[in-house]
Amino acid sequence: MKRIIGMCIGLCLFLYLGFCSAANLTLLGAGATFPYPLYDKWFHVYEKISKIKINYQPIGSGGGIRQLINRVVDFGGTDAFMSNDELKKAPAEILHFPTCLGAVVITYNLPGRPELRFTSKLIADIFLGKIKKWNDKRIKEINPDVSLPDMNIVVVHRSDGSGTTFIFSDYLSKTSYEWKERVGAGKSLKWPTGIGGKGNAGVAGLIRQIPGSIGYVELIYAEQNRMPVALIKNKSGHFIKPTLKSVSMAANIDIPSDTRVSITNTDAGYGYPISSFTWIIFYKEQAYGGRSKKRAEALAKLFWWMIHEGQKYNERFSYGRLPGVAVKRAEAIIKKMTYNGKPVLR
Amino acid sequence: MKSLQLKDKIFKWLLLLCAFFVILTVAGMCVTLPLYSLPVLKHMGWKFVFSTTWDPVKNRFGIIPFLAGTIISSFMALLISLPFSISVALLTGEYLKKGKIAMFFKYMTDLTAGIPSVIYGFWALFVLVPFVQRLEMRFNIIPYGVGLFTASIVLSVMIIPYTASIAREVISLVPDDLREAGYSLGATRWEVIRHIVLPYARSGIFAGILLALGRAIGETMAVTMVIGNRDQLPKSIFEPANTMASAIANQFTEATSDIYLSALIGLGFVLFLVTVLINIAGRYMIKRLEIKR
Repeated sequence: MKRIIGMCIGLCLFLYLGFCSAANLTLLGAGATFPYPLYDKWFHVYEKISKIKINYQPIGSGGGIRQLINRVVDFGGTDAFMSNDELKKAPAEILHFPTCLGAVVITYNLPGRPELRFTSKLIADIFLGKIKKWNDKRIKEINPDVSLPDMNIVVVHRSDGSGTTFIFSDYLSKTSYEWKERVGAGKSLKWPTGIGGKGNAGVAGLIRQIPGSIGYVELIYAEQNRMPVALIKNKSGHFIKPTLKSVSMAANIDIPSDTRVSITNTDAGYGYPISSFTWIIFYKEQAYGGRSKKRAEALAKLFWWMIHEGQKYNERFSYGRLPGVAVKRAEAIIKKMTYNGKPVLR
Repeated sequence: MKSLQLKDKIFKWLLLLCAFFVILTVAGMCVTLPLYSLPVLKHMGWKFVFSTTWDPVKNRFGIIPFLAGTIISSFMALLISLPFSISVALLTGEYLKKGKIAMFFKYMTDLTAGIPSVIYGFWALFVLVPFVQRLEMRFNIIPYGVGLFTASIVLSVMIIPYTASIAREVISLVPDDLREAGYSLGATRWEVIRHIVLPYARSGIFAGILLALGRAIGETMAVTMVIGNRDQLPKSIFEPANTMASAIANQFTEATSDIYLSALIGLGFVLFLVTVLINIAGRYMIKRLEIKR
């Protein structure tokens, strides 16, 4: 009997606690894993300021899009902006705004960790399997000061579908006709050569294990693990080292008003060419499924904070800051949010 | 008296209900898997099962590379593991039935079954891969280190306890009078094992092998870490490849288009069919191998 009473009390406590947390507003988000470390920090800080809890699940961009379309979450996060087809599948209009910038870097395992330079053509030829040796004259031509070994090139790519692969293949599709025809751009590809590792950690692990390997990972991951990174020649002809500054610079272009733009192979003179935005997605009309006006307002205020005050955390967490143009565009988009047709933010 | 009967009845119904739910889950899979893979079957036709191209960008889905990867890696693993698992089973079931050493072997083999597969994967990536690389360099093959061969070795280590513990049990169930009859006819220990114990226990040992094979076919984490994840038909056992389970686990989260998602579910359906087929064939073999009295 005592046990049953104990259990009842426990259950009541449990329900009570659950009720408490439900009484405070909790916003739900899901999606991209790539900006998760930054989002985690943001939402933690924002909870302290505003007493609004944000629960963001890093389940991948695809999952974020699916959950927003099914209206399970208040907002989604995605590394690749939604295509027109995907937008058509949604029950209502979905808006995008960028939160930060990331980049994909080329890393490799070569004796002596030389600093290499690549052109887009060279990268495409290596990842298409056309250049098979490190001492190939096409690599030597661009890297005359580096002594390159007579080693096989082992290409390492992502085995899981990922925004990183999308950004990388998007860049190669823009710069190489052959890549576009044979492989194309996507989150998962039909790779002509090489081996696959799961996640940034999987790719990095394989590169560390296999001498002569080359692969691509996120900039943050390469920085945290002190991996060698290559300089890449951009559209303006400069060899650019991937840094937070050069990544941020890549976004200094004319951004369309819906912010759905790929900034790989950027026109910006000193921008790193394999950079990309990552986006938050949400419904323009917030009055759906019995959601309260308070919820919509909290969401809009959170978004506003993310593109202004939140930006100061970007660089500390190795993400590029939004340049001025992008912030302006994001402001306009957040202001488009409505509740029963009336704007949420004034 | 009446209330006791009623309790008995309720208990019986409760058992039935629970059993029914298990059946219901499997039946549900039998319905939903083909249902959700319909779009890709319509889109690809027979090519889904016979094509070797898997290209999510151009929406071309052929599962041969994964099917081949799964079958080759799990059967190779079985082949590598068999001598070891049978030896362990004979040692603990026939030679050392009691005593500290026997207990030690017994616990250790059972323990290896309980280690999470991601640990096997890590171990393989950091210990086995460099070793295989050196081997490949000696044979003048591109030293990937990862590939079908490495995956099969990891799998074989993982499945040894399954065959071993079942084989141990059936070997110790062989009646002692049969053994003694063998010895009384002047048979050596080897002859008793070869001609009496193994034939008597073979259907049980085969059941253990079947269980191990099932585990090898479905294993995901350890395989994906060392198989190289190349979605193409492997040309040799040292080449990188991919398995059905690993492909599903890798690609599922970011499969945004409907047809791609359907292709992955279709892949799951084929994996399901393969396990069912192997089990049916296995049951048949077990029946045939049984000693009739």
